Amino acid sequence: MSAVAEERDARAPWALAAPALMLFVGVLLIPLAMTVMLSFHDWGQYKGIEPVFILKNWHEIATDPYYAEMFWRTFRIAILTTLLTALLGAPEAYILNRMDGRWKSFFLLVILGPLLISVVARTLGWALLFGGNNGLVNKLLMSAGVIRSPIPFMFTETGMVIALAHVMMPFMVLSVWAALQRLDPQIENAAMSLGAGPITTIRRIIMPQIMPGVLSGAIIVFSLSASAFATPAIIGGRRLKVAATLAYDEFLNTLNWPLGAAVATLLLVALVLIVVGSNALIERRYAEVFR
Amino acid sequence: MRRNGPLALVFHTFFVIVMVAPILVVCLVAFTPEGFLSLPTNGFSLRWFRAIANYPEFIHAFWVSLGLGALSSFVALLFAVPAALAIARYRFRGRDALAALFLSPLMIPHVVLGIAFLRFFTSAGLGGSFAALIIAHVIIVFPFALRLTLAAATGMDRTIEIAAVSLGAGGWTLFRRVTLPLILPGVISGWALAFIQSFDDLTMTVFLAAPGTETLPVRMFLYIQDNIDPLVTSVSACVIAVTMTALILLDRFYGLDRVLAGKSGDAGR
Repeated sequence: MSAVAEERDARAPWALAAPALMLFVGVLLIPLAMTVMLSFHDWGQYKGIEPVFILKNWHEIATDPYYAEMFWRTFRIAILTTLLTALLGAPEAYILNRMDGRWKSFFLLVILGPLLISVVARTLGWALLFGGNNGLVNKLLMSAGVIRSPIPFMFTETGMVIALAHVMMPFMVLSVWAALQRLDPQIENAAMSLGAGPITTIRRIIMPQIMPGVLSGAIIVFSLSASAFATPAIIGGRRLKVAATLAYDEFLNTLNWPLGAAVATLLLVALVLIVVGSNALIERRYAEVFR
Repeated sequence: MRRNGPLALVFHTFFVIVMVAPILVVCLVAFTPEGFLSLPTNGFSLRWFRAIANYPEFIHAFWVSLGLGALSSFVALLFAVPAALAIARYRFRGRDALAALFLSPLMIPHVVLGIAFLRFFTSAGLGGSFAALIIAHVIIVFPFALRLTLAAATGMDRTIEIAAVSLGAGGWTLFRRVTLPLILPGVISGWALAFIQSFDDLTMTVFLAAPGTETLPVRMFLYIQDNIDPLVTSVSACVIAVTMTALILLDRFYGLDRVLAGKSGDAGR
């Protein structure tokens, strides 16, 4: 292809990538391996961490229903967040795509911009909007007659799901948006000219084609929600624990590092399996779309 | 292209309001003249912005975050630029695996990274140090630095380099006078995006920071855990302002849509 590249020998790319590779092996792979090892170590209130190989922490996680409940809550919140982002984000991406050029880029910026704004600041915004029983959201809903008594949002899973959906929404919109760009607008017109109504067109023509986008957005949103820390910690407070906040507590409050490492390892393994598994499923189901 | 119906526009309006509301409410409450959390109903006041000055820990945390973001993004680029050139220009065995490894910090939950780094740096005797924070942030911002540099290096016109070689340029001169200027927009954007990621990270940093090396998000998080008052909203408003500045920089040099659209593309893979 290019004379410059071919003149050098086959070791050139490795020489260029070597510093970064050494950095990643030394400061990423080794610490990760140490964390997995740590989950097999023993720990006691007074003796601290003992570098032995035991299954105590894993046994505790497997048998104590507290952990099953906590992991189930983590994944429940992540699933609900994913559903909410898909139900609202996919139609919004479709509407955006039909807008005129200038409005399109303006609103795209408004919706995607928050992606880069501090998660702490965004979650703080929700804490202000929820704010106890007389928060702004409850006042609005009550004056609109949607609800009669205030819904508790702070320190509940409902509040966590709403705030997390807001934080994750840009990923879903982006993903569906990307799928819409591959869509031929003429197909929609063809369906209309053949007598399909707007609802039939969306259901039979648009939906099947943007489904891969929705699903790959769902994978991103799910994996980020299941491991989210800031939003569950601020909205959920100290009582409503998810995997990430529990691991934080074990490390920085209880100081039971081996148990925290086991929780983190389990979270990592579960997420990798889910993400890799569902990616493979989607790619097989929609192989023709990705070609 | 067909137009949106009224129902679609109502939905769109609702959607945009919900997306903007939390950010807007933080910025508005920051200007309240009251001593408690409230929307500024009787006049705007800078009282809570002035109040930040009485909390040196916020000021200190701000400088830590700024230094950490600037330095770790720079160091990440020192490693990422050669790696991006290797991946963009050569077809070699292990290339895909190498790219996957370099992008892997996007896939690993930050809470896991935080724990791994805490364990690692504590054993290395660097627990809670600024050096440990720098190294950890270099890893998490690396994918962003790499991705934008990679895009610039892939899209670059190679004939200019070949011309330079034919005129006798080689090695370091070729890189400094020809290659680097050509990929510079990508490199600067990579730096800006990496800076934003570092500046905003809470989940990983909260495990590593010690009193003295607390970053702004960590300081804000610990503050919010105790109580929420207008002070933390004015600090948040400042953080939003810094991010906006970086965003504008990014938009000028590179185009925000390209940065954002590329971001989802890789995270989904």
